[in-house]
Amino acid sequence: MTAPFFRVDNLNTWFFTRQGVIKSVRDISFELSRGEVLGIVGESGSGKSVTGMSIMGQIDEPGRIVSGSIALDGEELTTLGFEEMRHYRGKRIAMVFQNPLMTLNPLMRVRDQMYEAIGEHENISRKDMHDRCIEALKAVGIPSPDERLNAYPHEMSGGMRQRVVIAIALLLGPDMIIADEPTTALDVTIQAQIIYHIRRLIDEHGLGMIWITHDLSTLSELADRIMVMYAGATMEIGTTEEIIGAARHPYTRKLLDSVPSRNVPGRKLKQIPGNMPSLLALGKGCPFASRCDRATDICSEPVPAIQLSATHHIWCYHPFED
Amino acid sequence: MNETIFEARDLSRSFSVGSSPLRDFADHFLRDRPPKVLRAVDNVSLSLREGETLGIVGESGCGKSTLARMIAGILPASSGERRFRDEPYESFLARNRDALKVQMVFQDPLSSLNPRLRVGDIIGEAAVLHGLVRRPQIKDYVADILSQVGLPADSMGRYPHQFSGGQRQRIGIARALAVKPDMLICDEAVAALDVSVQAQIINLLMDIKQDSGLAMIFISHDLGVIRHLCDRVAVMYLGRVVELTETEQLFASPLHPYTRMLLEGMPKISLQRRRFMPIQGEIPSPLSPPSGCHFHPRCPMATEHCGRIRPELREASSGHVHACLNIEPC
Repeated sequence: MTAPFFRVDNLNTWFFTRQGVIKSVRDISFELSRGEVLGIVGESGSGKSVTGMSIMGQIDEPGRIVSGSIALDGEELTTLGFEEMRHYRGKRIAMVFQNPLMTLNPLMRVRDQMYEAIGEHENISRKDMHDRCIEALKAVGIPSPDERLNAYPHEMSGGMRQRVVIAIALLLGPDMIIADEPTTALDVTIQAQIIYHIRRLIDEHGLGMIWITHDLSTLSELADRIMVMYAGATMEIGTTEEIIGAARHPYTRKLLDSVPSRNVPGRKLKQIPGNMPSLLALGKGCPFASRCDRATDICSEPVPAIQLSATHHIWCYHPFED
Repeated sequence: MNETIFEARDLSRSFSVGSSPLRDFADHFLRDRPPKVLRAVDNVSLSLREGETLGIVGESGCGKSTLARMIAGILPASSGERRFRDEPYESFLARNRDALKVQMVFQDPLSSLNPRLRVGDIIGEAAVLHGLVRRPQIKDYVADILSQVGLPADSMGRYPHQFSGGQRQRIGIARALAVKPDMLICDEAVAALDVSVQAQIINLLMDIKQDSGLAMIFISHDLGVIRHLCDRVAVMYLGRVVELTETEQLFASPLHPYTRMLLEGMPKISLQRRRFMPIQGEIPSPLSPPSGCHFHPRCPMATEHCGRIRPELREASSGHVHACLNIEPC
């Protein structure tokens, strides 16, 4: 693996609502190398999607990036204006969302949507555009791509649509793709196909990828590294082996333990009691403390990062020992 | 324990697609256009024993939700027979008070709970109306049900939107339990919940099952959840049951090629990266399912007769049935 080309440092994205300030993302830092899949896992409200939108420069009022840095090849993205950011969006950083029907224009043929994406950034002949589209559709495993180019989104299945969206993301040869729950709405057999193609693309083309999901099982099969988020903060980050095989943070452990396939069938699941705290009323301490059975008084103090290995960091006063 | 509470025989349900008054009017003049019919559920037979949890698993378009609605009695069948404790379903459902014995929990509690009613009324209304409890006692009654599903008694004065997703699902379950059902049908009841909350609800359903001996039909696309909760599992593909057996048996030795493919595709928490090519092909449109065995175009074991002959369910071992022509009888 090469040196990281993309870095996020101490990112804070807050939403200033009438009810108060919602600190959706608090002091998030990570980096991404070429040919690497970083999985961001968390439950609803953990800030994983806001992290992705922050990188794309798509945080709208009343939200904004309060502090921190997002840098691609050393170039700072948070200070770019809207027009400047457009050169990056799609061209260098592409995004794939959960629902392809929201991304695709229902009134346009796939061909026109793909041509439009290329035309926005490059001036090449229709023949070249066509070839590039076919190549992208093939890369995501779409059979008979020529026919698909003429299709409208509603003529395709959910899995096919999502592949088209990924193909559009690939068109301009981006350095990285951010995928937010891209296979969550798909059936398992279709999900397995898409993950297979994604992994191949990452390995062959040296793309960087951020895969945002609530599903640890998918990440365990796809990601190189995993970052675990809870209520806007990072709990633990490490290689997939470190997170899945040797998690040290109580939240990561509990999250893994509550997955049905890790429990004895027919027995009670190990559950996490309670609910996620309101993002409006977060203290300065660990947000998981109220649900954590290892918590003590010190957990209401700001939590420093503990480095366990070159790649493994946790934010916890009472981590598991092994 | 082994008595049958519910039985479906050759149950089918078709929908005519794209029908609208205008279309019907046009069809009246354009007689040559055949009506498009979608067979959502195609000759399904299964039975549920007292106290048992039967899982129904399958991908989108396999007809599992249509089947659930027919079992719950909220959707009429196109053909076939349903029996509740050996009585034809139609006459059973016609007696309103008995019909309460079958209750359903839906995937999205926000769209199945009345947003204008307080939780106390949502839960207590049916019980009062049907005389299961007298109005003066309703508060205690609802408080008792709420504590069964792990909600504080003061929830009854609040409205559904004031609760989180997991709590709303608890309210949906409480609503179903309030009329003392004998059979509970859960249609993707935990699909929309976060993992940690999903575990809470699954545990709650297991408690209910243990305490009250309720018979349950649990519909899900998630094999992990099914494996955890169910005694027996039916696997559906494009409207038909392709395999039905005890849960342990299904996971230990699946027979039907589709079941095997589902099990392989099921994401597992493991450190082994999947490198093999997954089975290709899409789920065909239920509007024009393949001939013969619906699965044959995607099936690695398919032979030429699979496209011609519709496989019937056959028994491989006691209680283990499948619908595959290419599995040798043993």
